[in-house]
Amino acid sequence: MARVVILGAGVSGHTTASFLGKWLGKKHEIIVVSPNKNWNWIPSNIWVGVGAMQPKDVIFELEPVYKKINVNFKQAKATTIHPEGDASHAGGFVTIEYTGQGKEGTTETVEYDYLVNATGPKLNFAATEGLGPDNGHTVSVCTYGHAEHASEELAAAIERMQKGEKLKFVIGTGHGMCTCQGAAFEYIFNVEQVIREAGVRDNAEIYWLSNEYEMGDFGMGGMHIKRGGYITNGKVFTESIMAERGIKWITQAHVSKVEKGIIHYEQLDGTIGKLAFDFSMLIPPFAGVGLKAFNKAGEEITDKVFAPNGFMKVDADYTPKPYEEWRAADWPKTYQTPLYKNIFAAGIAFAPPHLISKPMQSVNGTPINPTPPRTGMPSGMIGKAVALSIRDMVNGAVEPTHTASMAEMGAACVASVGHGFFKGGAAAMTVFPVVPDFEKYPDFGRDTDLTFGEVGLAGHWIKHTLHHLFLHKAKLRPGWTLIPE
Amino acid sequence: MLEKKVINTRAYKQDYFPPIPTATTKFFRSCAIWQFFRFVIINLKMIKVVSKSHH
Repeated sequence: MARVVILGAGVSGHTTASFLGKWLGKKHEIIVVSPNKNWNWIPSNIWVGVGAMQPKDVIFELEPVYKKINVNFKQAKATTIHPEGDASHAGGFVTIEYTGQGKEGTTETVEYDYLVNATGPKLNFAATEGLGPDNGHTVSVCTYGHAEHASEELAAAIERMQKGEKLKFVIGTGHGMCTCQGAAFEYIFNVEQVIREAGVRDNAEIYWLSNEYEMGDFGMGGMHIKRGGYITNGKVFTESIMAERGIKWITQAHVSKVEKGIIHYEQLDGTIGKLAFDFSMLIPPFAGVGLKAFNKAGEEITDKVFAPNGFMKVDADYTPKPYEEWRAADWPKTYQTPLYKNIFAAGIAFAPPHLISKPMQSVNGTPINPTPPRTGMPSGMIGKAVALSIRDMVNGAVEPTHTASMAEMGAACVASVGHGFFKGGAAAMTVFPVVPDFEKYPDFGRDTDLTFGEVGLAGHWIKHTLHHLFLHKAKLRPGWTLIPE
Repeated sequence: MLEKKVINTRAYKQDYFPPIPTATTKFFRSCAIWQFFRFVIINLKMIKVVSKSHH
């Protein structure tokens, strides 16, 4: 009997666990280690952040779901990985520290035959002084708890405007190396919509503040879409949506510090600016969760297993090279680690070989460029490919059997606003592939038939449909395997 | 003394340059019948993207 241990139960880890539980759960042991007892459909946190949904609408408890497919759930966080074992363990094991199930603070070692690191990101608010809801002055929608707090702050701001105050709102990225612009993009339109519906739009000045070189970069080097007889850069599409809603924008910005009511930022051209705010939601930069790795002798090998940003090295080409020489083939396919063939990293936990957007530095030497996004759809597909490979390896395959390169897969993003069947709107976008492949698509790096963007009610319906479909799938309800990642 | 009145509030401002949807475009964006067809078409495109993404 083989034992597969999965660290993390986000989109990627949960996908891996669900399929392995279904395929192997009766004959082998599948263990999920996650510090949070709940699963969170993160894309819908945006709606929690404006009060359109409650946290209970976007989460559910993992343990009862895992029981359906014979997956053992440990509410704990992993702290160390020992891929070679040690003096008392013949094989690989991880050390975990419980955060729930009545064992809080207790540590335990868990041996494995196969390990999947799907720990996701650490929300690195500390990278920018004054950033974040806990020790800073901005709100966040990265977790359902943060989003609920953001909703309360937004409601208070709206109440002030209803009494006649004029307020400034700043939404975007809180550091020069952030990713996840799409979440901030969706949130700014939801905030604008809620303010408009409250009848106080004239009292609100709303700013988009981001580290993108141009609007619509989204950390993937932007996109080109067919529109009005032209192939147009996504900058036009996104600026049009901002202009239509009266939102101002500042790009190429690294937020260096946040004080109460004032954001300090630096731009690529060296401009040092200040922006006053009454309400601000800025996405933090991401880092690895801080796992440490040790060899059989107990010596630390973290720098061999992880990249400096804390994400795990996999089968990517990490050779440093200039932007013009980047290739689609640099990106990982199987997510197997090069040193240890029984360890995989899925979703946000794997280290990208390089950025997707062009690296930029300000005249002062500050890096200001989005880092690569790894949204729900790629994370789910990577999670499933890893599950397929492990299933086959448990059954005798020598090497991973399935691939899910971000340079060979697409992604969909729907930014939806408003409530009700007929009152909403959305910008629906897809890109194919996520990582541009200029060898296959020399002009724009992508398939312009499968890369598109459109604004309308249809995208709003799609977003709501996806919310219910993916929760249905994640809860492993009847037919869940028919819903694609 | 004549009162000064600002007439030109938009030209050369940031939002003067991007394309702004016309009334017709806005109508079709919220027209349920038209959007139903777009819903089907966008879903078909997304299914194509998903099917090309799985290996």
